[in-house]
Amino acid sequence: MKAEIRNLVDISRSAAALRGRADVMLENAKWASHVFERFDRNATMRVVDSVAAAAHEGASRFAELAVEESGFGVVAHKRIKNELTAMPLVGYYREDDYVNPRIDEKKKIVEIPRPAGVIFALTPSTNPISTLNYKILLAMMTRNAIVISPHPAVKNCCVAAAAALSSAASEAGAPASCIQVLEDPSIPLVNEFMQSPKTSVILATGGSAMVRAAYASSNPAIGVGPGNAPVFVDSSADLGKASDRIVESKSFDNSVLCTNESVLITLPEVDPRLRRALQSKGAHFCEEDETERLRRFLFHAGGFNVEAIGRDAGWIANQAGISVRRATRILVAPISKIGVEEELSKEKLCPVLAYHVAKNRPQAISQARAVLRLAGAGHTAAVHASDEQAAFDFACSVESYRVVVNAPCSQGAAGFGTHLAPSFTVGTGYFGRSSIGENIGPQHLVHWTKLAYSSENSEAFGNYDGVSARFEGPLPQAPEDGVPGKSRYRAPPVGNVAAGGIDREELRRIIAEELRAVLKG
Amino acid sequence: MSQAKLEFLERSREFWNPKKTQDWQDMGVDLVIDRREGYYLFDMDGRRLIDVHLNGGTYNLGHRHPELVEVLKAGAERFDMGNHHFPALARTALAEALAACAPTPDMKYTAFGSGGGEAIDIAIKTARHASQKRKIVSIVKAYHGHTGLAVKTGDERFSKIFLSEDREGEFVQVPFNDLTAMEEALKDREAAAVIIETIPATYGFPMPNEGYLPSVKSLCEKYGALFIADEVQTGLMRTGEMWGITKYSVEPDILVTGKGISGGMYPIACVQISEKCGGWLQQDGFAHMSTMGGAELGCVVAMKVLEIVQRPEVRAMVRFNSDFLRSGLDRIKSAYSDFFAGIRQHGVIMGLEFDHPEGAKPVMKHLYANGVWAIFSTLDPRVLQFKPGLLLSQADAEDLVRRVEIAVGLARDEVKGSRKWAA
Repeated sequence: MKAEIRNLVDISRSAAALRGRADVMLENAKWASHVFERFDRNATMRVVDSVAAAAHEGASRFAELAVEESGFGVVAHKRIKNELTAMPLVGYYREDDYVNPRIDEKKKIVEIPRPAGVIFALTPSTNPISTLNYKILLAMMTRNAIVISPHPAVKNCCVAAAAALSSAASEAGAPASCIQVLEDPSIPLVNEFMQSPKTSVILATGGSAMVRAAYASSNPAIGVGPGNAPVFVDSSADLGKASDRIVESKSFDNSVLCTNESVLITLPEVDPRLRRALQSKGAHFCEEDETERLRRFLFHAGGFNVEAIGRDAGWIANQAGISVRRATRILVAPISKIGVEEELSKEKLCPVLAYHVAKNRPQAISQARAVLRLAGAGHTAAVHASDEQAAFDFACSVESYRVVVNAPCSQGAAGFGTHLAPSFTVGTGYFGRSSIGENIGPQHLVHWTKLAYSSENSEAFGNYDGVSARFEGPLPQAPEDGVPGKSRYRAPPVGNVAAGGIDREELRRIIAEELRAVLKG
Repeated sequence: MSQAKLEFLERSREFWNPKKTQDWQDMGVDLVIDRREGYYLFDMDGRRLIDVHLNGGTYNLGHRHPELVEVLKAGAERFDMGNHHFPALARTALAEALAACAPTPDMKYTAFGSGGGEAIDIAIKTARHASQKRKIVSIVKAYHGHTGLAVKTGDERFSKIFLSEDREGEFVQVPFNDLTAMEEALKDREAAAVIIETIPATYGFPMPNEGYLPSVKSLCEKYGALFIADEVQTGLMRTGEMWGITKYSVEPDILVTGKGISGGMYPIACVQISEKCGGWLQQDGFAHMSTMGGAELGCVVAMKVLEIVQRPEVRAMVRFNSDFLRSGLDRIKSAYSDFFAGIRQHGVIMGLEFDHPEGAKPVMKHLYANGVWAIFSTLDPRVLQFKPGLLLSQADAEDLVRRVEIAVGLARDEVKGSRKWAA
């Protein structure tokens, strides 16, 4: 008979057990971050590149796993997002140094980067792997340890992806435990992690409840609210391009990016032409009764029907009892009102676009403000216009910290195809009850210790050129006396990973091509 | 010292143990432990100490580890000590859990004691039954406990005073790391077993030479003796693996675990017995009895201890702690190289060696004055036992190194300066 572990007294749900689990993982992370802080820029970038290469390599496999596990999204699109959050993300920040001190001779200030320490990162079900890649790479760039808490609906693919990234980090010499993942996330357990004094900062991407819980935890938090992007198509817009971009964006990964266009607002003089243009790109315009069926299918008493998240237009039409052509890429639901009384003016993480015709520009802006007042404050808006004043007036007015102009909004607001920082955590700032209003990047995970000299001219600034930052690198491994071959110090493992043999330039080229294919200009 | 403490110490002298109470005062350690939490002890006057004594690993997981407190409370809703005559749910569950993490697959039985000494007695009796021989070989300055048989395996310091030393020539002791002496002791083929601490604790953690333990095991096989591994202080992840002995590639016949297995919460000790040595359990299961041995509440706690220490994060913590503390201690050692003579280490089992016959005593005293509790090795007072916990936090580890540096400096001045340390 085989010996088994038979637990007679189960305390796994007690507060003590939950706290115990959080404590040991976070303390491990604390140790890892302590060692990581000893790394110089080269050693740090070796880890970053190795992790990015692993993320790139796993992009396709984990895209499949994510779609399979969650039922959301499109494998090919997820693969692209997973790839974009690997090498190109690192490429975007490659020139930024979060390891070495900065010297400002003029202000007589030296700044020393100080990593946050332990990041507790929540990742959503909608963009599971891309958010995971992104958060882990941000942590590695800044020499922080990270504990990933995946959404329970996608935990298996996230656990597997985190394991792959963690082993790539180890191979490149990163401290053990600098990437950990919570294998059995539950609300009480996640709360223990968020409230632990060992958590340095919470990076919360997810539902509002979770984001608010992060802010209520008493720990520093960077949480972002939900999106609900209004997109204004002005009379000055190139309607062919605009409709192309909107359909492209709305159908990208079936709209699971929270930056997707939610409510299109346009003007009477544009309406007929825009309809035709959208239809020609694969949009199905719903009749009034179809809109009603869609409304009833998408919104239940408890809120948005999660069944519909990330499903394709055909599936949704079928479920709602609407017959559409095979080639339909998005469903457009005309609405006459915006606000609490119109469910379709809320966030829709699926390829359904609400469509509203305002009387004039001022009313269009006022309606766009209403969309964001309903949900998505501080998040994202988009405008299609060639009249700069129209674009500017719109941007000045809407309570959003990013307004994508003449580009697909899903990708553009997240920094893909625009020069915004590539991000899967879009800061919703004060409008959206968040601490940060820009796309979250490595700069938010480091604070700087500043050596400030007297501003008196008589007091000279020091010469810091020859001063060493004393990067000691990994801890040497202590001897294990009497154990054969281990009785003396062993040099710590030093990785020398050249992106797993992948030619980086080649990789960049491939990704750029893919990006172009997706964005089509 | 507060009036309350003075009065308390008087009572301790009066009703508990006069000499022991006084000895500590003479050594400059006026500790009366009151509150305790994690790796902190609080003296009854409120002073905080980081505990790196841990009573030989009893508090491996810290004092009053919340999950152990919880499981003990929850366990008490259902169990008490139990009836040792009968098959018992918790006892068998723990035996199974131990078998599942045993150093060898054939180590399937567990016999229980209420403490380490009793467990050692069981191990010796088991070896004697299995081999039908009486002689027990142990290590000079070994320490296996204070019960009838265990005390005979150890230093006479603990047996002679009670007129309990071996007079029949059944207990033979040989020096540690001396294979010639070991072979000499075994070659008459009279020995039932060699009993050995994987790293002798009370002797200050001298480390086994490379190949020593495997050679002892080969000698046991050659001369028909059993190998009893005393893993009371080296087991339960202190070396970074479940059992220290497996790090040396030795498969023991019998393994004793105590101290840490109790979590410091409910007394229990265990003897893991291989199938071939467990004959008495087949022949006469009532031959050894212990009302409190394997008390079921203790089993419930011990199972949680086993679960916690085997979490992958704990292994990583041990690695971080042993590497970090070593690099700090090396730095201190080179700063006070005329006094701080050596570091013996395997995982978080450490002995700090000082260049004075009783050098660990002033270090202990100054550590105590500087907020750290560590104890000298009774059988080699040159060596300070330095036993940080498995879950020591980075912040506490760093603070520990800071305090050790100060204390070693002060002790060095005391010993090497004009003042002499009076033993």
